[in-house]
Amino acid sequence: MYIYDEYDHKMLEERIIQYRDQTQRYLDGKLSDEQFLPLRLQNGLYIQRLAPMIRVAVPYGLLSSTQLRKLASIARDYDKGYAHLSTRQNIQYNWPKLEQVPDLLAELAEVSMHAIQTSGNCIRNTTTDQFAGSAKNEIEDSRPWCEIIRQWSTFHPEFAYLPRKFKIAVCGTEIDQAATQVHDIGLYLLKNDQGEIGFKVLVGGGLGRTPLIGQVICEYLPWQHLLTYLDAIMRVYNMEGRRDNKYKARIKILVKELGIDAFREKVEAQWQFSKGNQATLTEAEVNRCKSFFSTPDFEQLPDEDEVINAALQSDLLFKNWVDRNVAPHKQAGYCIVTLCIKDIGAAPGDVTDRQMEFVADLAERYSFSELRVTHEQNLTLADVRIKDLYEIYKACKTESLATPYLGLLNDIVCCPGGDFCSLANAKSIPIAEAIQRRFNDFDRLNNIGDITLNISGCMNACGHHHVGNIGIIGVDKKGAEFYQVALGGDAGREAKLAKILGPSFSQEEIPDVIEKIIQIYLDERQHNEKFIDAYERLGMEPFKEKVYAKAD
Amino acid sequence: MPKLIKDGAFIENKWHLFDKETDVEAINSINDGNYIVPLKLWLDNKELFSKKTVDIGIWLDSDESPLSLEADVNDFSVIALNFPIFRDGRSFSHAAILRQQLNFKEDLRAIGDVQRDQLSYMLSCGFSSFLVPEEANEEVLLAGFHDFSENYQSTVAKPTPLFRRR
Repeated sequence: MYIYDEYDHKMLEERIIQYRDQTQRYLDGKLSDEQFLPLRLQNGLYIQRLAPMIRVAVPYGLLSSTQLRKLASIARDYDKGYAHLSTRQNIQYNWPKLEQVPDLLAELAEVSMHAIQTSGNCIRNTTTDQFAGSAKNEIEDSRPWCEIIRQWSTFHPEFAYLPRKFKIAVCGTEIDQAATQVHDIGLYLLKNDQGEIGFKVLVGGGLGRTPLIGQVICEYLPWQHLLTYLDAIMRVYNMEGRRDNKYKARIKILVKELGIDAFREKVEAQWQFSKGNQATLTEAEVNRCKSFFSTPDFEQLPDEDEVINAALQSDLLFKNWVDRNVAPHKQAGYCIVTLCIKDIGAAPGDVTDRQMEFVADLAERYSFSELRVTHEQNLTLADVRIKDLYEIYKACKTESLATPYLGLLNDIVCCPGGDFCSLANAKSIPIAEAIQRRFNDFDRLNNIGDITLNISGCMNACGHHHVGNIGIIGVDKKGAEFYQVALGGDAGREAKLAKILGPSFSQEEIPDVIEKIIQIYLDERQHNEKFIDAYERLGMEPFKEKVYAKAD
Repeated sequence: MPKLIKDGAFIENKWHLFDKETDVEAINSINDGNYIVPLKLWLDNKELFSKKTVDIGIWLDSDESPLSLEADVNDFSVIALNFPIFRDGRSFSHAAILRQQLNFKEDLRAIGDVQRDQLSYMLSCGFSSFLVPEEANEEVLLAGFHDFSENYQSTVAKPTPLFRRR
């Protein structure tokens, strides 16, 4: 992974000094709430319903064992012994004290971590596919490019006060697990006919109040021009994005109102001044960044392991876990393991300090001391020997981390909701739990098969409900919490937005509603058709009919 | 009287700033001195201004593009960009355009809601002077220029990005 040099360390130190001073001036009454607001947000600090919340940046989801151990100790010392994995591959703490945050940041800096630009109207943490660098049939490893974008976006002086937040995703894998098309800018790595790396650039995607799929602004951008082109897009947005209405301030609205062709013209007009200038990437810089993500020291191993094959025969629960949570690796004898952080009774994506330390040890022992946070709020060990799988599984069982639900209905993506978040209209965690309890049977879940279920407590859509096969969103109806259900969303390469099923439901009704939807699918599916494919074929009508049928 | 910072120090502010409501009568009455006038007033009265012997600067609000100046920008010894509120970031981009695309070489001034915590970014985007409230603490403000000793990007102030220097 990327290793900080003296420049990176210096900037981080200066940031902490700056923020310590800002906090002190705020506490001394020399900065007003309004003045302090964007400063603290650009350090990830929200004032929440019960206490402040701090969001720590995990650049493109990548963590070392050392970093995760530090996050565990921070959970103990500043929080109530747990942390939350966010849908932006970041980590959140819900109980720090405002005046302690500078100390917390200093502790993070000890392991080259920070909370820079994890909130506020600036460029946020760049995300990518959690299998980057390890996936089979990968087009190009996205991690060096994410690091290049991280550095370019960090403290960018021109773009710290944008009309609204700005999110970038990069994808170099065959299957897109980064929800690339619903980002302000989505970058697909690709190669031209000469085998040269470039980017297909999408702009104007996003979720929230007005969900939109990104549109192609550039079919092939040669890698050298990545940063000057991003600068040009950002500049047009910074100058022309709406600032009169925060709900219309995202770049997606600007792109939609102008039309992609007119928007492209404006970007090109800006770009002609900067194209080829000093911000143009050099081979030396790309190679420097790539050197941090070189292939680990893999052993030469056979494709299969006899001991593991025997265990798969004798231990059905192990087999279930392997079938669901283990993905193929580019290197023979290796695989990618994802720990599903969706144990019933804990909020989706919540990990305890003890679990974090356990996973840090696991990664150190079995996956070159690295792991990834996924945007589905799980943890991935990306470079595991197949022969170690059974040991890993048995160890995970002791920490409630061997849930075999990855990609199944109970692998729910869920925002913190009204239990914590002051923006939320409704709670989301109890909804997730009620559904998980209703469906808590592996055979039943496995029979339903691949499906995504996303829950957001409000239209800000942190739970990505627009791109869930089933999406649930909390709404406020005359002061009471209600839930709308939507069907047909997809965050992958064929991204689609879910459509609303109909009138909203009370919290108590939701498990029944989900059950009815699933039953229609099971009754109607053909062969091994996935839920999303069956929905595409059947349309909304049969689901609507069944769910809203009057009992008589 | 607001105070002016230039080259890292407080200096005497000899420029009088005309606000947007200023009408043409006010121009007729000026004979000497240094005046920064709003874009529209200048665009509407170019002839009149050309006959004046006073030193004229111009100021643009955050919703006014520097590309609308319709003149050689270097004819102005000061161009000021307004921050109606500190979190309106448009003037950062306008500053960069004036420097990078219009090659403005003279004094580029930040006016309006100019606060300590945005100063270092303003400096990086090409601003060279800063109009701050009279009551502002001088020591606190000047420290704002030194929050960061380095930045990753290619900026107006330092066009060679860090990756070409490290």
